[in-house]
Amino acid sequence: MTQKMINLTINNIPVTVEEGTTILDAARKLNIRIPTLCYHEDLCVAGNCRVCVVEQVGMRTLQASCAVPVRENMQILTNSMKVRQARKNIIELLLSEHRADCTKCYKNGNCELQDLANEYRTGNQMYLDLVHEKSFTIDMSSPSIMKDDSKCIRCQRCVRTCAELQGVNALSVANKGHEMKISSFFEKPMHEVVCTNCGQCINRCPTGALVERNYIDEVWNAIYDPTKHVAVQTAPAVRVALGEELGFDPGERVTGKMVSALRRLGFNSVLDTDFTADLTIMEEGTELLTRLKRALVDKDTTVSLPMTTSCSPGWIKFIEHTFPEFLPNVSTCKSPQQMFGALVKTYYAQRKNINPKDIVSVSIMPCTAKKYEAQRPEMRDSGYQDVDYVLTTRELAIMIKQAGIEFLKLEEEQYDRFMGNSTGAAVIFGATGGVMEAALRTAWEIVTGTPVPFENLNITPVRGMEGIKEASVTISGCKPEWSFLEGVELRCAIAHGLANAKQLMQAVKDGKANYHFIEIMACPGGCLGGGGQPIPTSPEIRKKRAEAIYSEDEHMKLRKSHDNPEVAQIYQEFLGEPLGHKSHELLHTHYKARKRY
Amino acid sequence: MESNKLSRVDYIFRPETNRLDLLKRVMSKDKDDFLLELIDSGLKGRGGAGFLTGLKWKLAKEAAGDKKYVICNADEGEPGTFKDREILDRVAGKVLTGMALCGYIVGADEGYIYLRAEYRFLSPKLNKMMAGINEELKSIGLNFKLGIRYGSGAYVCGEETALIESMEGKRGEPRNKPPFPVTEGYLGKPTVVNNVETFVNTVIIAEIGYHEYKKLGTDSSRGMKLFSISGDCSKEGIFELELGMSLADFVDEFGDGDTKAVQVGGASGFCVPRKKFKETIIGFEGIPTGGSMKIFNSSRSMYNVLHNYLDFFQEESCGQCTPCRVGCQQLYKGIMAVKRRERPATYLDELVKLAETMRFASKCGLGQSVGNAFVSIVENFREEIVY
Amino acid sequence: MSNTENFVKELADKYGRSRESLMPILQEIVDVQNYVNDEAMVNVARELDLSAAEVYGTASFYSFIETREMGEYIIRVCKTIVCDMKGKEAVLRAIEDTLKVKIGETTPDKKFTLLTTNCLGWCHKGPAMLINNEVFTELTPGKVVDIIESYMHK
Repeated sequence: MTQKMINLTINNIPVTVEEGTTILDAARKLNIRIPTLCYHEDLCVAGNCRVCVVEQVGMRTLQASCAVPVRENMQILTNSMKVRQARKNIIELLLSEHRADCTKCYKNGNCELQDLANEYRTGNQMYLDLVHEKSFTIDMSSPSIMKDDSKCIRCQRCVRTCAELQGVNALSVANKGHEMKISSFFEKPMHEVVCTNCGQCINRCPTGALVERNYIDEVWNAIYDPTKHVAVQTAPAVRVALGEELGFDPGERVTGKMVSALRRLGFNSVLDTDFTADLTIMEEGTELLTRLKRALVDKDTTVSLPMTTSCSPGWIKFIEHTFPEFLPNVSTCKSPQQMFGALVKTYYAQRKNINPKDIVSVSIMPCTAKKYEAQRPEMRDSGYQDVDYVLTTRELAIMIKQAGIEFLKLEEEQYDRFMGNSTGAAVIFGATGGVMEAALRTAWEIVTGTPVPFENLNITPVRGMEGIKEASVTISGCKPEWSFLEGVELRCAIAHGLANAKQLMQAVKDGKANYHFIEIMACPGGCLGGGGQPIPTSPEIRKKRAEAIYSEDEHMKLRKSHDNPEVAQIYQEFLGEPLGHKSHELLHTHYKARKRY
Repeated sequence: MESNKLSRVDYIFRPETNRLDLLKRVMSKDKDDFLLELIDSGLKGRGGAGFLTGLKWKLAKEAAGDKKYVICNADEGEPGTFKDREILDRVAGKVLTGMALCGYIVGADEGYIYLRAEYRFLSPKLNKMMAGINEELKSIGLNFKLGIRYGSGAYVCGEETALIESMEGKRGEPRNKPPFPVTEGYLGKPTVVNNVETFVNTVIIAEIGYHEYKKLGTDSSRGMKLFSISGDCSKEGIFELELGMSLADFVDEFGDGDTKAVQVGGASGFCVPRKKFKETIIGFEGIPTGGSMKIFNSSRSMYNVLHNYLDFFQEESCGQCTPCRVGCQQLYKGIMAVKRRERPATYLDELVKLAETMRFASKCGLGQSVGNAFVSIVENFREEIVY
Repeated sequence: MSNTENFVKELADKYGRSRESLMPILQEIVDVQNYVNDEAMVNVARELDLSAAEVYGTASFYSFIETREMGEYIIRVCKTIVCDMKGKEAVLRAIEDTLKVKIGETTPDKKFTLLTTNCLGWCHKGPAMLINNEVFTELTPGKVVDIIESYMHK
């Protein structure tokens, strides 16, 4: 069936679009930009900020272009006097309830309200200042997210993000009229509610009302302290997004430049979380095979299947609150960040002959939930807090700018030799489906002795941006010790975005779905769309980052975790074997149920 | 424009004739014929917005849907309006008959009264009556069941999509339109939402015939209307009048002899000063109204009146859209700032422009109508606001 | 199970567990205990499979669903223009003096809470007020003191 086409004019220019298109999208087709604030590509239409109003000839009221579908023979004016007057007034109104201390604001320079105010040359504040009349709260209770009501313009993007993308609903709109605000349950501090710290709200907040708790000064102080050895690790997804903050287009890989920037910032060692991502595959892959063996051979009914991944700290906090009955199903592996943290203050310290108390362990993450994870009581197995400070991709960009480093012109450098080596399998941890693909590359080879039967090792069925993906492989050609898996159809599922995760786990809970292994990432697109990544985010930007990740994988010499020579080395020198005693002590943990409400 | 003479009529509170006979008579006729008559009667919604009732029913009848709903909007919150309470107190049966009639015509099998929390005291009587009528409808083979839902104190829920949101268990925040409730209403199904008085009017039209009905009122404002009259009056309360009278005649009848201004249509309506009484017609050709008429004599400060209205709006705005949420606060605090000399008198001109923006750019009728009272009071009584 | 848990469960059994049941459930909680506290909201959220923040967000929208502790009798005096013109200030002062509370406060014995409210729909008989669901009109300072005193002995 062909879609019905609608003819209209916008600013007297004729345009033909499909029925159901909004005025906003029709205007974009003509390269006419209509400003927006509450509108976000990832979210359902709210139509409440009214910044995008346009005039429809013949109508008394202005129309919210994001919410109104086109109709035949509509005549739209996007820049008439009536529109300009209204739009300017609306921006002025928003500014009057916004604490516009722009020069002191963390979002200075990356604020949609600031841009609009600048575009409309609002000048002196026209209306009365409403901010200081009310008491407002700045909630710093969470180690990940800071919520500042005085900056909030009530666009509800955060509320929609938390509900639609994440299915968490930690934030809601409360009260009405002049008291209307964005609130947690009973205005409790963020760390006391079901918030998963995923930071997706931060990625979509148009102002500085929701930002990460930043630890930039703490890290600078550690770097300046001559008695400290500051070791930094960088997560897979950072290298494909950092460039966006520093002058590159989305999708540019800046791994080498990032490494040299980190050295210039003064980090004593520049290491790679990818190394522990490879290690995670060894541990988690072995764990999966062990669970399968117990279930299939030993007929052990207490073994928890499907097994789910445990790398995403947003997912961990979510399952603690929402599906605590599935906690035994979660892999006992710590996340790569925390494995790294535990090893830096033990293995690395021993090898480099540094007292672990003098090591400051910093990680650069695409994630805000990692800040919370680092402060968990479970994460002190080295005898110290394993990871001291977690910085987001955005915070690293700020440090690079502060240090006066011309990122665009930087030479490319390599990670340190020790704990800096990795494979393509680790890089793809940054994209949804990546952990699954990396695990399959290794597990298949452990079981059969041959590479996974996919062209060029690319397991394409687990890739892509579909919310829930399913894949299955029938195992054949097993080595004798794995013969119990011969002919077994290994069923896998992948979800990204907690709303999808919720749907998937509910299906498992209801017995409607039957899998062996599930990969879950809290954020849309996986870590590449993490809450600590550059702002803005959109499906298009995430697609480009994903392409960069897979391209980085293809360019790696080694593409399977078990081929990483450093991984072999650490088992030989330090850990013994996967799931061995030392691994259990340092690399594995268990989580506890939390209240759902 | 010619005004009608002020004339009191008595249709609304006249005791109900035989309900079942009336319904059976309608059921024996063609639905579309009835709709044509209803449209031809010229009846417009009595809540204030004034959409043609017959057309609304027609759209709902034609809308595709396995399930349809009829909702009676009894969330009467407009300051100065109390006619729906009186109707539900005295002739609730007619309202319920009108709902059943609507259900039959549009093909709905469920109807709800959405009753404001402030009128909870009416509910025992209503519930009892509803149970009886449900049985009666069954007896004549009309598949329609009446029920009741309650508001919990939110003026904006008088806006039909906010009312629907509230019935769905959500915050009463108006929706984007389109889609309109006649195609996607309660639980996404085609839904007719009409005011209490509108349903009574449909019953009157079915009773007396649309020809008779059309004789009442003027070309643009057919029929009779209940007026809630209060303030500095010679007589207060509910009065049923033909539409289309001049405000001067109205003031002669109901004023206390010293009337300075009349607020027509409540806080969301217009303030008319004495010098414009003669030229002002009450009806859709002049100032439409849900029936609220508040009379102020010369002892009243129009600053206090405006201050009171703006305080009302800044509390009762749902808060979701910028012009209404922030605009109401700015107007409220703005006139106080002018009064206190913290802003010059010319700041009122900025506020009038802001009120215009609110009229054009707000999401729903609440925000769009705040400017009515503001502009009409500031324009006509500027000196009282400033000094 | 706590009393609240049982009570909310009964309400969910009575009204259903879909989102449309939320208002009737909150309204009945208000009927019984005059306000909805956090414990009740958590239980409602659990029964209806909503987040607690959503329940709070919805409840806090409505003026007649109080979320902080209220007295046994909630007095709501209409503050809209006509009641104001007809002497609502004097009525309010009389209540404040009788109960020794200000607007928004609850008496120490938790018997009365004094609030103001928007138009009650009794403009022709103002000043008007509600005590819970009961209406009182054409109030005077003297009349309102008598009414309050009659409630004191209830």
